[in-house]
Amino acid sequence: MKNYFDLTGNVAIVTGCSTGLGVQMAKALANQGCNIVVLARRQKLIDEVAADLTKEYGVETLAVACDITSTEQVQAVVKAAMDKFGRIDILINNAGTGGVAPAEDITDEVLLNEINIDLVGTFKMAREVAKNAMIPAGYGRIINIASMYGLVGNKIAPAAPYHAAKGGVVNLTRALACEWGDKGITVNTICPGYFETPLTKETLQSEFFQNYAHTMIPEARYGVDGELDTAAIFFASPASTYVNGAVLPVDGGYTSL
Amino acid sequence: MKNYFDLTGRVALVTGASSGLGVQIAKALANQGADLAIVARRESKLLAVKEEIEALGVKCYIHCCDVSNVEEIKQTVKDVEAHYGKIDILCNNAGIGLFDAAEKQSDEIWQTMMHVNLDAPYYFSREVAKGMIERGYGRIIMTGSIHSTVGMMELPLSAYATTKGGIRMMVKQLATEWAKYGITVNAIGPAYFPSEMTSDVIGSSDFQEVIKARCPMGRAGRDGELDGAVIYFASEASSYTTGQLLSIDGGWTAI
Repeated sequence: MKNYFDLTGNVAIVTGCSTGLGVQMAKALANQGCNIVVLARRQKLIDEVAADLTKEYGVETLAVACDITSTEQVQAVVKAAMDKFGRIDILINNAGTGGVAPAEDITDEVLLNEINIDLVGTFKMAREVAKNAMIPAGYGRIINIASMYGLVGNKIAPAAPYHAAKGGVVNLTRALACEWGDKGITVNTICPGYFETPLTKETLQSEFFQNYAHTMIPEARYGVDGELDTAAIFFASPASTYVNGAVLPVDGGYTSL
Repeated sequence: MKNYFDLTGRVALVTGASSGLGVQIAKALANQGADLAIVARRESKLLAVKEEIEALGVKCYIHCCDVSNVEEIKQTVKDVEAHYGKIDILCNNAGIGLFDAAEKQSDEIWQTMMHVNLDAPYYFSREVAKGMIERGYGRIIMTGSIHSTVGMMELPLSAYATTKGGIRMMVKQLATEWAKYGITVNAIGPAYFPSEMTSDVIGSSDFQEVIKARCPMGRAGRDGELDGAVIYFASEASSYTTGQLLSIDGGWTAI
């Protein structure tokens, strides 16, 4: 039986890997045999995540604290990954931030900070990983985690800088896909809808958000643990060799309306 | 180690499964343990495919059907459900590629294309969904195309593009209506893959130049490159993904 989704021996960098969706996706890849470089800003949290991954899935891990808006730190983590593993096959650009405030109240500082983390950080990681690992190796899988708010606006959670940055990530995906498609690298984006994570669960279970789900989401609910896993595995695996520049919302049908 | 993509115990109906993409799709699902029902017009070809699928260790039931005939579609679905007791996965893949310049294209080409490429996927979906709704579970996967979203300069594909664009919206609306029943409805969007339908076109050296210019990967798709996407949509774990068109095109629609 062909194993389309085997990642044994692969090495993936996952950013924003201290909690939430980043950890879910790291676990999914580890389940397929992938070694993981766990990236976020808080060393204590990523050390725990890395230890859990090794314990549960038997893969090798490396936990590196990194602020992805810092070119020096991004270069350092790529070097550390290459020193330990000699390869980087997969990059999941998951780190992101998003504040909610009416556009007319958003300061320059907030605007630039979000664009810096969500868009510029994504680009910096992709640039350094491609330059130092994927292009020389002639192989790579870059998965940018944008958001359904990279594709559409919304009326209930004003977050203009987040929408702008995530929209930028969607088209950055296409731009890089076009440049690197003939170098053995695929670049794709997953646009998650609302997912219940430790951070969001309480908010999403409120009456307001439950009503919202019933009118705005065909599946009438939010995503739960595990529902992003197979998308991440698919894009990371050898099975997706002709999938490049694709945009995949995982949103219970939100963007169908 | 979890096996996210195990389809053991599932039953999949694949149309247009006598050749081309349909055979790849059927084999990919069989590879993950699904039992198959394969549908097309040509019995001798279906029998040959049946042998290859059974060699993968699963069951395979064949049914001849002219998908431009709605009564045959109804009978096919009835017979497959009677045979297996259920249908979990429906792959609406049967399709043809008749074309002519839009200003002189015949009524016959236009109407035949609509019947096969647009009506049939709807009819199959309608008939199969009835059982899926009762059982509270379903995975419907349609074969779209890059031409679900982009036109083509080098070939006059007005009928083909219209049907594939129609598939795009059919997927969104059916996904919306059937989400509450545990059914997801999605489409794959292949670019040019070798098949009976495309072999004349892809074979020419002119077309190689077209692909190099329009596809970032600079090549057509290869056998096996659709499999992962079909398995992804067919699996239980893709439960929060619905109404989508996943491009499998080397970046063609990213330009």
